[in-house]
Amino acid sequence: MTGIFMISGVVLIFTTFLCLYRVVVGPGASNRLLAVNVIGTKTIVLLVIIGFIYERPVFLDIALAYAMINFIATLAMAKYYEQGCIC
Amino acid sequence: MIELLRILGVALILLGLFFMIASSLGLIRLPDIYTRAHASGKCDALGQALMLFGFVLYADFGPETVKLVLIIVMLYILTPTATHAIVRAAYIHGKKPWKRGEERE
Repeated sequence: MTGIFMISGVVLIFTTFLCLYRVVVGPGASNRLLAVNVIGTKTIVLLVIIGFIYERPVFLDIALAYAMINFIATLAMAKYYEQGCIC
Repeated sequence: MIELLRILGVALILLGLFFMIASSLGLIRLPDIYTRAHASGKCDALGQALMLFGFVLYADFGPETVKLVLIIVMLYILTPTATHAIVRAAYIHGKKPWKRGEERE
């Protein structure tokens, strides 16, 4: 089963690079923010996969914290893009 | 019984992986910000929920199950909220929806 997890992790990293194309090329800030949000979600799933491959449950806590940080960061950047200031 | 649950979990993980790939292709191929938001919602809500629920079925019952369900519920609520905020900001900045025949952004 570890082989299947390893393969799905590699495929997930490959799709992350596909999203990175939109971050680099994408016109305007909104497309870039959208792609960064998707990359954050994929990072969380990748952390869970790494925790199951190496059998370390600590990675689940890291994923839980990263989910909150990712949400706060994306929301702050979206608000800055909308209003021009964080207030 | 345990083996059946594990096989079901791996099948759910592969299904979620399919949605992840589809959402990435949509993020590249679709023409404007609103349709790209639709594609990113596939990854944010469905892809991660299927993959992490596959891990819930794969792991034995314990603290890991509770943490994984917590991650699923949190992401299921939080990431569409972030997507909505981004698209609202883009709408306020005056992005026009794409119509057939226009040039892609």
